[in-house]
Amino acid sequence: MKTIEEIQNKKVPIGWDGKTLKEMRAEIDRVSKETGYYAGLEELTFKEADPIRFEKIFSKLRGGVVHARETAKKVAASPIVEQEGELCFSLYTPEADSIVTSTGIIIHVGTMGAAIKFMIDKDYEDNPGINDGDIFCNNDNHVGNVHTCDVHTLVPIFWEGELLGWVGGVTHVIDTGASGPGSMPMGPVQRYDDGYQITCRKVGENDELSKDWLLESTRSVRGSKYWTLDEKTRVAGCHMIRDLVLDVIEEEGADNYKQFMREIIEDGRRGFVNQVKTMTIPGTYRAASFIDVPFEGLDLPKFAQQDSIIHTPSEIKIHKDAHLEIDFEGSSRWGWHPFNATPVSITSGIWVMLAQTLVPNDRINDGAYYASSFGIPLGSWFSPDDIRSAHSNTWHGLVAGWTPLWRGLSRGYWGRGFLEEINAGNAHTSNWLQGGGYDHHGELSALNSFESAACGVGASAVKDGISHSAALWNPEGDMGDMEIWEVLEPLIFMGREILPGSGGPGKYRGGNGWQSLRLGWGAKEWTMLVAGSGAMATDCGLMGGYPGAAGYRFSAYNTDLKERIEKRLPLPLGGDTDPDDPGYEKNLKAETINRDRQAVTTQEEFGDYDLMLNYLRGGPGFGDPLDRDPKEVENDLNERFILPRFAESTFGCVYEEKDGEFVVDLKATKEKRKEMRKQRLEKSVPTKEWMKEEKKRILNKDASKQVQLMFAESFALSKKFTDDFKEFWDIGEDWMVYEDDLNVTKLGRHINRFKDNQ
Amino acid sequence: MADYKYDHKVINELVEGTLEWYQIKNMMSSHKDAERFKVYREVMQERVSWDDPILLPLGLHLYIVLKENGDRIVKCDCGHEFCDYQENWKVHANIFIRDDEEKMNEIYPVLMAPDPEWQVIREYYCPSCAAQLEVEAVTPWYPVIHDFEPDIDTFYKDWVKLPLPEVKSK
Ligand SMILES: [Zn+2]
Repeated sequence: MKTIEEIQNKKVPIGWDGKTLKEMRAEIDRVSKETGYYAGLEELTFKEADPIRFEKIFSKLRGGVVHARETAKKVAASPIVEQEGELCFSLYTPEADSIVTSTGIIIHVGTMGAAIKFMIDKDYEDNPGINDGDIFCNNDNHVGNVHTCDVHTLVPIFWEGELLGWVGGVTHVIDTGASGPGSMPMGPVQRYDDGYQITCRKVGENDELSKDWLLESTRSVRGSKYWTLDEKTRVAGCHMIRDLVLDVIEEEGADNYKQFMREIIEDGRRGFVNQVKTMTIPGTYRAASFIDVPFEGLDLPKFAQQDSIIHTPSEIKIHKDAHLEIDFEGSSRWGWHPFNATPVSITSGIWVMLAQTLVPNDRINDGAYYASSFGIPLGSWFSPDDIRSAHSNTWHGLVAGWTPLWRGLSRGYWGRGFLEEINAGNAHTSNWLQGGGYDHHGELSALNSFESAACGVGASAVKDGISHSAALWNPEGDMGDMEIWEVLEPLIFMGREILPGSGGPGKYRGGNGWQSLRLGWGAKEWTMLVAGSGAMATDCGLMGGYPGAAGYRFSAYNTDLKERIEKRLPLPLGGDTDPDDPGYEKNLKAETINRDRQAVTTQEEFGDYDLMLNYLRGGPGFGDPLDRDPKEVENDLNERFILPRFAESTFGCVYEEKDGEFVVDLKATKEKRKEMRKQRLEKSVPTKEWMKEEKKRILNKDASKQVQLMFAESFALSKKFTDDFKEFWDIGEDWMVYEDDLNVTKLGRHINRFKDNQ
Repeated sequence: MADYKYDHKVINELVEGTLEWYQIKNMMSSHKDAERFKVYREVMQERVSWDDPILLPLGLHLYIVLKENGDRIVKCDCGHEFCDYQENWKVHANIFIRDDEEKMNEIYPVLMAPDPEWQVIREYYCPSCAAQLEVEAVTPWYPVIHDFEPDIDTFYKDWVKLPLPEVKSK
């Protein structure tokens, strides 16, 4: 029999108790806000009444979601997914709150949630309709994605006509047809350069992808084989998880599952609050990060050819009730570069880190989101007020912006004595070595070497950071096997070696980064680019430790290596161990050699026997290097973790070398360090005296243009940042640096409190 | 002695950096010990040569301590006293700036150091013992960052539920 709605051809809402999804979303927000508990759950009745059953459901779902990721991963051909594990699955409530999530790039708990929320907000329930068996796809940066290459598959889960949730799967696709090749290319400076963007589109019905979608999407990207298998991976994983959820509902009943969904999120919220209270100290933590955007003279539209700095100050407030608040007021304006981000990507990425330090358990869900709040300035680089912003290489800014937060929380861990949890920050996880064209198999393809998934880790307060091991955005990252990369990429390894001193010096060293030297080989037509930190260290060290080293590039075009190989002459091999004393050039002639700080480039033709260095950065250090155990420095020397000349100038260690074996002279070291401490007092001045001199430089506007522009942008966007700056330096009303006075492009500079006030 | 998960000896070894990796790993993997702060504060107090009660360890060499007159000040383990705990101790420290290639080159190869046109390195030393207490990598003009302002009273009263340490009567 037909219902009245069906006779009247009106759609029946798919939410619970006859509500639309939009009504459900609004209700959850309202009730959670009013009560302070997720969905107003003051008591966890299910969990308290039957804790074992409750945990059983959780374990089943969590195990199933992790298992689906492991199984689906094997479908993929892309090394980024299959080798590096750059995929993740998450299960949501009907309103898009995350319940449980897999391992992997869990930043996408938030981004996929944002996509579902977008569909709810835009009344997808009415048009195009949300039905059992539908498949949706999204990668639109401005919907809240991280960047174009993170492609989401979203599948609704229905039970007897009611929507009981969503499952989302994401993979980092190797190419999405941007103006430059690779998944995080340089080249895009506007949304329209960022590549193929799909805005929460229905791409399949009845569990089947539509043909027009398959044709259009595969024709829009380089490396269609990877694209296709990635999509199969996501769909397979989503369907596995949907089946699992339907099994659970069958077993437990729909009402119990509904109650479970609500309680597990409230439980997650409480767990988060509890951890904050257990591990930190209430108060205010401040820091700032910087990353260079050296675009002057690059092959880009004129308005984008400009040196600038992405500045991200952060203030963590841990309130009396353990509510965690992070405010980014004073951050730089968005710009004509591919390093912009969205609010969801910066906040969601913070969970990735918190899951590794503050809340190291499997209960990471949107409960944490309800236990915290963020200050995200509109118009900043992570909240552009213009849909034209480009995002393809958003990690450039994000990994810099996040690292001070780990340092901040570490001050709390230090105060409480949890020294084992301290982390001096993360490396700028770059370089991103990318390229594309017709590869050595003759196929239209692209590459993004994910070796950066294994950079140096920041030092802790009890031991050195681990070298070449991790990236904060994927807790299970890996550098991948050379042999696999060589099969997939038209590049041969001429070396893969630790880079001495790339980790920041300290009582405990930052983990070192490393270098791969790659030789062009076999591609029919190929272009390459680099994308990493260059002129700036992205973070400070902690409590006397130094930041990880800054970046540089090395590449050589039109070399004599073919001839050298034929004549069996020595070749450039291994790492670029000491860039102050370049070794490669001794065994190499080339028409062009680039050895400079230009660590971001747009694509250039790259042929056989051309060379490119992939330098993966190191992590920051902890504590005064003069406090480092001299025996550890001796070990650093013998293991080639530092260059010999820095043993003395940085660590104050006097050593002797015999046949490549280093021995530190403990007595002479003690004297040397005493002397160095004396020198410190001689060469330093009281901070207050220095402040008077620095103030003069500010009043005289004595700083490079990019530095002045950085301040001008922060001043234009934030009164608080301006007031704090002026108060600190005791500078009067009349002094100011305006963007307009710096001869920079006027395009895109919308929000401006100086102009709004006029 | 109370039955603590980690006693004074273990926590002292943690501070010394002499624990074996497997011990640190166990600590990281297991639930946090609620009494850690109490034990740690006592260990830190034993390690310093002066008597002012430590309210909170603030950094590798720095502490917030209580003075007889009730003042709370930032103090170095060498005995140097900086300022009130709500002020930024860095402003009362000594500073050295690495703002050219030569100075940068004492720490990094030139190409691996920040470009002084973009960024400088600021080192903050204790004016008495010359310990390097904090390093900032910031642009020129950047205000000295006030890293941390703890809410000590809430921490003791509401979070760890311990009485504030008191100055021992002589
Ligand atoms: Zn001192």
